Amino acid sequence: MSLGITIVSHVPDIAAGLPKLLKQVAADVPITFAGGTDDGDIGTSMEKISQAFEDNAADEILAFYDLGSAKMNLEMAEEMSDKTIHLYDTALIESAYTAASLLQADVPLKDVEEQLKPLKVK
Amino acid sequence: MALTVENLTEWINSFAAKIAEQKDYLSELDTPIGDGDHGNNMARGVKAVQESLTSKKPAELTDAFKQIAMALISKVGGASGPLYGTAFLEMAKKSKDTSDLTELFAAAAAGIKKRGGAQVGDKTMVDVWDPLAEKIKAGNLAQADVDAAVNATKDLVAKKGRASYLGERSVGHLDPGAVSSGYLFAALIETEGIL
Repeated sequence: MSLGITIVSHVPDIAAGLPKLLKQVAADVPITFAGGTDDGDIGTSMEKISQAFEDNAADEILAFYDLGSAKMNLEMAEEMSDKTIHLYDTALIESAYTAASLLQADVPLKDVEEQLKPLKVK
Repeated sequence: MALTVENLTEWINSFAAKIAEQKDYLSELDTPIGDGDHGNNMARGVKAVQESLTSKKPAELTDAFKQIAMALISKVGGASGPLYGTAFLEMAKKSKDTSDLTELFAAAAAGIKKRGGAQVGDKTMVDVWDPLAEKIKAGNLAQADVDAAVNATKDLVAKKGRASYLGERSVGHLDPGAVSSGYLFAALIETEGIL
């Protein structure tokens, strides 16, 4: 069992940028992202999110998102995915960074989730 | 009266025409309490729906609902994509067992509530889908009910979506998703042979 991270944002640049920060502390954690609509506009895309789940080398994924409708597309992608997806209503940057650092240190999921709890904002 | 692939297509085409016609109005409604793109998003979505139904004519109701759902999910972009998409996906699932409108709309309304987490009174499309699904069940859905449901969103405080960030400031504005949903029900009423 391996754990990975998927980042979902309405903005392609945010989705692509955050993993750069995460890689600083989590070089070995599989991180994929999905940003913007299919046309690259501001929004989210269920298909892009499904692809990000599929492309992730891990079979169990911690997913982080920015705003409301990203969550809806994430949930739809989750329903269609064979992987186990954990979705967090937490502050995007801080919680993804927390999770990335802990996963790099092989901290078990339940302890990661314990540290994510205070970061719940939505 | 029964739902068939033919009159479903007619209904959706009529909905698409209304969206195209009111595209600017829908975006205008979305400007003070959202991100001003509901009209464009929906217009892009219904265009994709029409293209899908034309390029691959569905054999069964279930296929038709599924094609509509997938086009909306992939092309709308904003929150309305997953919400409308879920409504039609739920109808697709339900249509495997029945073509009864009451059951189809009950499934759709429940799906929208589950997907978005909104309840009646939150100033969302649920405020149209939920009461109008009940009207369909009662067998007396009329345009006046559609207008009443849509207009009732004006005085509500938004609890979901981007408008919720504005809280009390959202009062006095119609919910754009409720308005576009109203067009879907208006088109349903106008399409002969369904209700």
